[in-house]
Amino acid sequence: MEDQNKLLKEVTKRDYRFGFVSDIETDTIVKGLNEDVIRIISAKKEEPEFMLEFRLKAYRRWLTMKMPEWAQLKIPVIDYQDIIFYAAPTQQAKYESLNEVDPELLRTFEKLGIPLEEQKMLSGVAVDAVIDSVSVKTTFKETLAERGIIFCSFSDAVKHHPDLIQKYLGMAVPYNDNYFAALNSAVFSDGSFVYIPKGTRCPMELSTYFRINAKNTGQFERTLIIADDDSYVSYLEGCTAPMRDENQLHAAIVEIIALDRAEVKYSTVQNWYPGDKNGKGGIFNFVTKRGICKGESSKILWNQVETGSAITWKYPSCILMGDNSIAEFNSVALTNNFQQADTGTKMIHIGKNTKSTIVSKGISAGHSSNSYRGLVRVAPKAINARNYSQCDSLLLGDTCGAHTFPYIEVGNSSSIIEHEATTSKIGEDQIFYCNQRGISSEDAIGMIVNGYAREVINKLPMEFAVEAQKLLSISLEGSVG
Amino acid sequence: MLVIKDLYAKVEGKDILKGINLTVNAGEVHAIMGPNGSGKSTLANVLAGHTNFEVTHGTATFNGKDIFEMSADVRAKEGLFLSFQYPVEIPGVSMVNFLKTAVNEHRKYRNQKELSAGDFLKLMREKKEMVQIDSQLTNRSVNEGFSGGEKKKNEIFQMAMLEPTLAILDETDSGLDIDALRIVSNGVNMLKNKNNATILVTHYQRLLDYIVPDFVHVLYEGRIVKSAGKELAIELEEKGYDWIKKEVEG
Repeated sequence: MEDQNKLLKEVTKRDYRFGFVSDIETDTIVKGLNEDVIRIISAKKEEPEFMLEFRLKAYRRWLTMKMPEWAQLKIPVIDYQDIIFYAAPTQQAKYESLNEVDPELLRTFEKLGIPLEEQKMLSGVAVDAVIDSVSVKTTFKETLAERGIIFCSFSDAVKHHPDLIQKYLGMAVPYNDNYFAALNSAVFSDGSFVYIPKGTRCPMELSTYFRINAKNTGQFERTLIIADDDSYVSYLEGCTAPMRDENQLHAAIVEIIALDRAEVKYSTVQNWYPGDKNGKGGIFNFVTKRGICKGESSKILWNQVETGSAITWKYPSCILMGDNSIAEFNSVALTNNFQQADTGTKMIHIGKNTKSTIVSKGISAGHSSNSYRGLVRVAPKAINARNYSQCDSLLLGDTCGAHTFPYIEVGNSSSIIEHEATTSKIGEDQIFYCNQRGISSEDAIGMIVNGYAREVINKLPMEFAVEAQKLLSISLEGSVG
Repeated sequence: MLVIKDLYAKVEGKDILKGINLTVNAGEVHAIMGPNGSGKSTLANVLAGHTNFEVTHGTATFNGKDIFEMSADVRAKEGLFLSFQYPVEIPGVSMVNFLKTAVNEHRKYRNQKELSAGDFLKLMREKKEMVQIDSQLTNRSVNEGFSGGEKKKNEIFQMAMLEPTLAILDETDSGLDIDALRIVSNGVNMLKNKNNATILVTHYQRLLDYIVPDFVHVLYEGRIVKSAGKELAIELEEKGYDWIKKEVEG
């Protein structure tokens, strides 16, 4: 056992690959948070009055709220006056062609492997890239526009589609939903906006890459996806950040609205900087993601692979309002070293014959702590609702922890809720079996972990699945002994 | 090929092997027999490099190289194969993916080019026919939901894919019905040639009707107490192990 633990320790100690800092000129405002700062952000973004009102309302509410303490997390005190709430690459204005973009920024995207150049766009992924606070480039906008699809930065949407923003902003996540949602609503900088018109199937995967680059900044993006009747869209989100000693705050909101018979698939590969081997630095990730299956027979799928962040606090949820609507949550959360994750989902059944599925796979290594927290609530009127939940935990070594907190509330007698949970350890015998076939311990663990997570990884779009597999192996390197 | 000298090993603080001497040359088949708890499986696992077992004394060389200087995966790539008594299940990892990784790790070690997906699948088809393994098995996760017999057949199939120079078969006959035993033995016989060697670790003589050994060794209380030709196995089958115990203790 001791040998195995030593092995586990070694394999889970690989360095973070995206720890570079780009030397891009940024336009930042002074540190700290007050009403003036919010007015400056709103003014810099040339927002209409209703947005400023929304922000101020959220800010005033936030002041009365307290940091949530119920999670299985140790969160240090966050000094909100020491954070810069707005940082934008300068000369951002609007790029008409790639030649105008800061070459350093383009190099950053190349390092991240983002196909920003138009020729690479043939791969069929439309990308909106958010660096620090500002959306830098949205590719493929014109192609999409021909079909009436809107895919642009949130700021652009506020300017050009204020009616849609006014109608849907805060519908899934109200400004007063929780502490971090209120904070985001007050200071959110940018993000992506998607609108798929009636009867339209989005012909390509839409993708956003988020990256925190500037020092001492928080990143507060806001994403809003609206799928009108009978439409379909698959949306991908990827995240990285440079390595920094101090912790950086990330508090995002994602809202999804699916109307009648619409389907939205939202996939995330989250690889924020997790901190070093001793638990120093890393991103604090407090995210509110929620979708509303508003129309009948609508469908929302959350797929996520989480390997980064020092602290993850995240519960992508669905409100199943429309009759016969369907929601899925498929998640792999890996923690290593001193990472902490408290993640899961909420499935709120309101419509009749609604169905939800939860598959959560936790993987813990090092000294990390990994918790699943899930709520399944069936309203009295939600007759014949169905939920199936499966929560598995995999432990590597004996210094990490895994916890499962399922909450189930059922308000009628025609609904069926199933919950299964398992905890297992990577067996020494499994590793030895692979060794005996010529496979090194490190590769063996990558293989076993990927096998364990396969059910979820298979739900990701192909390109993302490959990336996720690599990420799982890389994140464990040095952890196995 | 394999030379073991005065080998002592313990597991969880308890001495199990107490001075093993054994030499295996290319082209030979050795059977290691003995009563339960005599150390047969320990010997197999020590040679393959399981970290639960601690070597406390003695040496073992494989093709002239010190085996205890090599990690388990390197020993495998040097050509040492262990057919497990209880093959483990690895959920979610397909046999194809598992074996492709294993075969290519072997090839990389020998500075050979990795096999393309097409070539690999062709190789798999050939070997499947050779050892008569049901092709559905290879579409499933490693050993997951396999019956006892299927697991053992799968071990021989992997052996066919990896073409080891020394194969150690640990209680490969246990839990096999007569048909499965025939298939497994045929596979082993088919893979035998003058350049490789086989060590059969077994409790019963039954397997030796199908795979005929050149030498039979009796392991008792951590030492080889008797070695002879194949006739020794028949004698053991008739008389049991008691006469050996008496001989040793007397």
